[in-house]
Amino acid sequence: MLGDLQDFVTYIREHPDTFWELLSQHVQLTVYSVLIGIAIAVPLAVLVSRVPVLAKPMTWLAAIGQTIPSLAILAITLPFLGIGFRPSLFALTIRAVLPIFLNAYVGLRSVDPAIVDAARGMGTSNAQLLLLVELPLATPVLFAGIQTATVQTIGLATLAAFIGGGGFGDWILQGLGLLDNPVLLAGAIPVAVLAMVTEIAMSRLRRLLVPTGLQIGTR
Amino acid sequence: MDYLREHPDRVLELANEHVRLVAYSIVLAILIGVPLGVLITRVRWLEAPIINAAGILYTVPSLALFAIMIPYTGLGRDTVVIALVLYSLLAIVRNTVAGIDGVSPATLDAARGMGMTSTQRLLMVELPLALPIIMAGVRVATVAAVGIATIAALIGAGGLGRLIFDGMSRLDTDRIVAGALVASALALAADWGLALLGDLLRRDTRRTAGRG
Repeated sequence: MLGDLQDFVTYIREHPDTFWELLSQHVQLTVYSVLIGIAIAVPLAVLVSRVPVLAKPMTWLAAIGQTIPSLAILAITLPFLGIGFRPSLFALTIRAVLPIFLNAYVGLRSVDPAIVDAARGMGTSNAQLLLLVELPLATPVLFAGIQTATVQTIGLATLAAFIGGGGFGDWILQGLGLLDNPVLLAGAIPVAVLAMVTEIAMSRLRRLLVPTGLQIGTR
Repeated sequence: MDYLREHPDRVLELANEHVRLVAYSIVLAILIGVPLGVLITRVRWLEAPIINAAGILYTVPSLALFAIMIPYTGLGRDTVVIALVLYSLLAIVRNTVAGIDGVSPATLDAARGMGMTSTQRLLMVELPLALPIIMAGVRVATVAAVGIATIAALIGAGGLGRLIFDGMSRLDTDRIVAGALVASALALAADWGLALLGDLLRRDTRRTAGRG
């Protein structure tokens, strides 16, 4: 038992280049898909908050989308886009968009109408209202969505190895295929640590990001 | 769609395996999670460590958790069930605590005034009133478990993931689509079914509470 744990450290020590490459692929997959996810989800949430007719169908679609198993999304991209980094990125982005969109929308909706009225009364333009009032007030909820998406994407990026996207999933699959515990753990333990550290770091960051005046009433 | 039409028996068999894997894990998670939640409401300092531990555990990618357990629990169903139980605990424990905390102090006072013991209060007042919120936790956990269970096929525990992984290795789109479609349908059915059950329970609690 302990032998496996020692062996996995040894395995990583003996293959430092591969380790850093897998880590870099994993982080790139995660960061890119979350950033693209933000770029798609936030404008979409703004649009939906401006066009009330869209609200119901879009939130409904997003909720259904979140129910669909991640592996299903990843697997279905394979026959259409093939294998590699880009198809993986595409599947991960689809997954990342959903929680960010839902949180951005809820955040924008929860802005107190009295504050919007006050801003209007001060003569803000539409763009100013959005950028100076609504988005900053929605930031805590939005950031919680980004956190969910990031941690979830780190997990899903492990599955990207199935369609040749690289990342720590490579070592896990190799370990499974060869029934080689050190290799299996060399992939699994770093990715578990990566997810846990990201969750803890982003929770801390979220507390820092929220202005003191807003801390009551937001979770 | 062709695969579904040509091999309905096979799909049904795998769906059955899938449902059993999830149902078994969720029942175990309820049996562990609800008492744990009750314990937290009685021994308050346990709340932070237990909820934080479950929260951190929840972030561990499922494939990684399976992989970490394999050297100890081997390939197969046991590993998957243990992992699914661990993932489900967060939602069930957290909602049990929230549900019991949400029972109004006046109701508890009335129960105490009627001479109920603490066990009676728990079983006849607190848990029934907390049931809709506990069910909401069970719903979240079940939908997540249906998704995670698709990966179980990779470590030999069967289920609809078999179709997806077979399809991926043979580049057989039909199989991938069949597996993905049925797994998604199962997740949606669990989501809607448990939401409906939650609504029924809520209505029932209100009626009983009104009568009493």
